[in-house]
Amino acid sequence: MSETAQNPTTGSGIPVARLYTAADLGDPAALDERIGAPGQPPFTRGPYAEMYRQRLWTMRQYAGYGSAEDTNQRFHYLLEQGQTALSVAFDLPTQLGLDSSAPAAKAEVGRVGVAIDTADDMADLFAGLPLDDLSVNFTINATAPIILAFYLVAAERQGADRSQLAGTLQNDILKEFVARKTFIFPPEPSMRLVGDVVEFCTSEAPRFNPISITGYHAREAGCDTVQELAFTMSDAIAYAELLVGRGLSFDAFAPRFSFHFATTLEMFEEVAKLRVARRLWAQIARDRFGATNPEAMRLRFFSGCSGATLTAQQPLNNVVRSTIQCLGAVLGGAQSIHVMGYDEAMAIPTDEAVTLALRTQQIIAHETGVADTVDPLAGSYFVEALTDELEARATELIGVIDGLGGAVAAIEAGVPQRWIAESAYRSEMAVANLTAVKVGVNAHVEEEDATELRLFELDEMGRDRQLARLDRHLEGRADVSDALAALSGAATSGQNVMEPLIEAARRGATLGELSDVFRKAFGTHREPSLW
Amino acid sequence: MSFALRDAGCEVIYLGLRSTPTEMMTVAVEEDVDVIGASILSGAHLPIAGDLIAERSRHCLEHVPVVVGGIVPPRDVARLLEMGVDEVFPAGTAIADVVNRITALADSRQERP
Repeated sequence: MSETAQNPTTGSGIPVARLYTAADLGDPAALDERIGAPGQPPFTRGPYAEMYRQRLWTMRQYAGYGSAEDTNQRFHYLLEQGQTALSVAFDLPTQLGLDSSAPAAKAEVGRVGVAIDTADDMADLFAGLPLDDLSVNFTINATAPIILAFYLVAAERQGADRSQLAGTLQNDILKEFVARKTFIFPPEPSMRLVGDVVEFCTSEAPRFNPISITGYHAREAGCDTVQELAFTMSDAIAYAELLVGRGLSFDAFAPRFSFHFATTLEMFEEVAKLRVARRLWAQIARDRFGATNPEAMRLRFFSGCSGATLTAQQPLNNVVRSTIQCLGAVLGGAQSIHVMGYDEAMAIPTDEAVTLALRTQQIIAHETGVADTVDPLAGSYFVEALTDELEARATELIGVIDGLGGAVAAIEAGVPQRWIAESAYRSEMAVANLTAVKVGVNAHVEEEDATELRLFELDEMGRDRQLARLDRHLEGRADVSDALAALSGAATSGQNVMEPLIEAARRGATLGELSDVFRKAFGTHREPSLW
Repeated sequence: MSFALRDAGCEVIYLGLRSTPTEMMTVAVEEDVDVIGASILSGAHLPIAGDLIAERSRHCLEHVPVVVGGIVPPRDVARLLEMGVDEVFPAGTAIADVVNRITALADSRQERP
């Protein structure tokens, strides 16, 4: 993206020079120190010494719709197509702590993800899929402790041991208040639940990433790379402070912190950003938290290609956009990647679009040679100069957020929310007044009939099936009121909620019932207006 | 979208996420609005639009236009218009176009006696 051809800037406003030379990088010895060796602090060149030579990134397409059985079918399909791990999309009622039968859930059951009401639903979601041998990502936040409990019960029923489970729970509530917006409880008790999950997993499920600190949604909502870096790091600092405040050792929990960034089309700035993210986290871990364990300084991340860059116009162009984004994520050293379906500006993707997205990853992995060497762009005058500049700008913004009292205080004051809204409006206006070119939207526009594209159609009877399932479940189960009372006791006393949650999940308590216990104990949050 | 309408001289009352059709209509009555708009990204636009139109009648607001924007597949645009939605803005609609069509609806409403 550029302001004019004569005076271009990156998307975050960094001026781009005609030519970069060794003079832009300063003292070569200092550069060596800043980029270091892959697998060692500050990890600029990658979290692992061998990177993709030893193990390719995980291909993890985000999927979910309808009932547990519907999504289970798509999971089997994706694995048959060569996907190497799973990523679950939940519907809005599940994300907001509502059973499928709740009046407010009526229009939304099974739409943007799978409907999960009980541990039974979770067990069916993974029918025929060995949980001790699969890595599963859960995009779930306000109800993350409940979903984790359901998952542990599903794994238990398969005979899989907790200690063997691998995967990632998003469990990053701060960015929900900032950008993604599926919060339920106020910030403070929400943070406490995040802490309970991380504390529980650190001792009970040590292979599981209990949190994925995410800049992706703020970026998708419109912020730039500098803000994405600063929000993500400031949120990570807030979580780490919370856990250290509970008496946990940073060196013990931080190795299981996972991160999540967006990759848009601006490949060089994205690669620089991802290298900066690793460098910043290594510094923060060492300087703020006194980390001595290199694993606690090592940032690992999942990259989601950007849906916001895709267009409803000329949708096949999105295949090209996604390919470049995926390549950027690989050059930036991602541990796992999701590629968008080309039809996602209009509907959830068809099987065909999902398969093509997976094939995009497979082609980049196996046909380009890009995975054969570590951090191939290191030493590029441009990329290293951008890396240094982004680091300086992000560090300054982290300082601004510190000055506001840290991430939680800044979010409660609505500051990052306002920054994102302003930044989003600026980029929309750039497309509207033609200072930014969007092919098919404001340039090279075609008269077309988009109705020709075959789009996914949700089976509207799915909701009725889910309601019938839930009814049968409620009829068939024994009384759960003492299990709910035990959970309520933990919620109000400050005891870790996970074990009582798991017990209530085993006994058949529903997501809505468990969420209601928390609503009663913690209250609910309504977003303050920005205007 | 709120910023763009504000810059075009509109007064915008933004209710935030997950407002119910009933809440929206209550505010529409209280504030005597010219246009009611909903952004729906989840794919639930058909049932939600049905509720919006029903709630609009229940609040005797048939004279106030309702517009819907969001992730709306092309096949659903006509369905929404048939249901009584006045304008539909699927993903990809230019912001200036949205502003123009909303202000035109607001103007035509003000011209009525």
